[in-house]
Amino acid sequence: MKNTGTINTTNETALFKKQIKKADRARAWKRAASNYQLYLLLLIPLSFVIVFKYLPMLGASIAFMDYKIARGFTGSEWVGFEIFQELFKKPDFARALRNTLLLNVLDISLSFVMPIILAILLNEIKNQFFKRINQSLLYLPHFLSWVIIGALAYQLLGQGSGMVNNLIESIGLDRVPFLQEDIHWLFTYTAIGVWQSMGWGTIIYLAAITGINPELYEAATVDGAGRMRKIWHVTIPGIRMTIVTLLILSLGGIMGGSFEQIMALANKATTEFTTTIPVLVYRWGIESGNFSRATALGLFQSVIGLILVLSADKVSKKLGEDGIL
Amino acid sequence: MAKNASYFQQKRFDKWDVLIYGFILLTSLACLIPFLHVVAKSMSDNAYVLANKVFLWPKGWNFEAYAKVLADKSIVRSLYVTIIITLLTTAIGMIVTICAAYPLTKRDLAGSKVITFLFMFTMFFSGGLIPAYLLISELGMLDTIWSLVLPTAFSAFNLLILRSSIRGTIPESLEESARIDGASHIRILISMVLPLSKPIMATLALFYAVGRWNGYMDALFYIKQNVDLRPLQLKLYYLVVQASEAVQIEMVVTDLTNPEVLKAACVVFATVPILLVYPFLQKYFVQGVMLGSVKG
Repeated sequence: MKNTGTINTTNETALFKKQIKKADRARAWKRAASNYQLYLLLLIPLSFVIVFKYLPMLGASIAFMDYKIARGFTGSEWVGFEIFQELFKKPDFARALRNTLLLNVLDISLSFVMPIILAILLNEIKNQFFKRINQSLLYLPHFLSWVIIGALAYQLLGQGSGMVNNLIESIGLDRVPFLQEDIHWLFTYTAIGVWQSMGWGTIIYLAAITGINPELYEAATVDGAGRMRKIWHVTIPGIRMTIVTLLILSLGGIMGGSFEQIMALANKATTEFTTTIPVLVYRWGIESGNFSRATALGLFQSVIGLILVLSADKVSKKLGEDGIL
Repeated sequence: MAKNASYFQQKRFDKWDVLIYGFILLTSLACLIPFLHVVAKSMSDNAYVLANKVFLWPKGWNFEAYAKVLADKSIVRSLYVTIIITLLTTAIGMIVTICAAYPLTKRDLAGSKVITFLFMFTMFFSGGLIPAYLLISELGMLDTIWSLVLPTAFSAFNLLILRSSIRGTIPESLEESARIDGASHIRILISMVLPLSKPIMATLALFYAVGRWNGYMDALFYIKQNVDLRPLQLKLYYLVVQASEAVQIEMVVTDLTNPEVLKAACVVFATVPILLVYPFLQKYFVQGVMLGSVKG
């Protein structure tokens, strides 16, 4: 009696569960159907990313082919990693890799520090009018295209007629080839990167500073702390997590780099450091028509970039931050 | 009260203030001086510029350079091209972004996680320049205006901002009651969600517009034969940075290289549109950065 009873109930619960599942599924379908307009809306952006983002990812498989335009995507021969092996042996590749890392390390280390300093100093300014005007001026370079910045750079720093060089000469010193000699170019490039991004980068830190509890400053004042001690013991610890997160994220971009910035500042006199990976992709692919090799190089950059971003995200999550994903 | 006390203690201008105000003033002057110089140069007599005599104030006032820039049909046309592609990219970009963001604000929408991932993944990985170039070429869009509009018309980053902003400003209960009253999703989107999201939409539209206005890399790739379709930044690149092209007057090349005055006038010509809308841009962009840093 007892046994049959349990069997019965288990059977019944199984049946019951099945029915619930069925009803759930029916309800889910019904809900999805009632949301059909939402899916229709999603079709538009989905088709956009499929065509313009995912098709090129598929197309990147020509890095594993001996791609010939005449034969097309389907007619070209698969060659495995041959293109990559060939690519890694090229002296141009080693140089582009070195330049990409060099420019980005210089850029990150300097462009990273300046906004922090500026934000802390802007926060110390009590005159709101003065603060606002200076902020407007500091944000301005962020809104200019790299072509305009490049043109401004040559107008100011050109060796023959640049304003800065005119001033240098007028105080009796020699003209400096800021943009016309390799090592000088490297530092000018970095300085222009700092100039372009320093003001804009302060916004996030200024927001973080507003989040600091004002009582901390009052307590520090009561304890007799001066200006600098308050910055050191209250402001900087208060934005430390923002600094760490942004640093990790910027390290994730170390394989990236701005094609537009380099193209706008490069010239015939300085070729040593101007060939970075994106520039080489452009030269090989679009200028010389060597599509497979250029795609392989681009893919190399994308994959390393993805790995770096993912590890940056992991690290920042481990530190208790939001991360990016 | 306590806040006031600390404020009064800092009210006196001490030696640190001198340093801090001085440093900030120097950095912002570094942002201003390049413009003053180029404007001064563009309005000066070429002889003074050649003699390296012009600094921050024009010498031998002369507006001929501007007359030449405006007389060059290809420069003026490049401005038109830029205006058109900026308007198209912004309009299409906003429509696509809204279509993506609104459905994804529904946390219980079946499949929304997968779809969100599909959008987000494009921020971190791409097929690269060459496959994109080959695609545009296969689609027959090389040397057309669409090559400068469609590929850049959607940004996953803007989608995330819009999604978290809609989630933050419009309570779910409000939408639900509209649903119960029989409103369709599209009706809710058009007559409720969009009007309530005006500020963030202005911000995102400006993100698209400024990005498109300033970019020139894709034009460098995709606009080869049809020089009439060069946008302003690309034109400026050839005129000033590469200096491979001279300003043309009635299709006759007057000079092999451009005089410095003319280059300066070109730069000012290309910068003025951005400066005109700058106060507006600044306000909305700062809001956008704040929203972008808040995770959705």
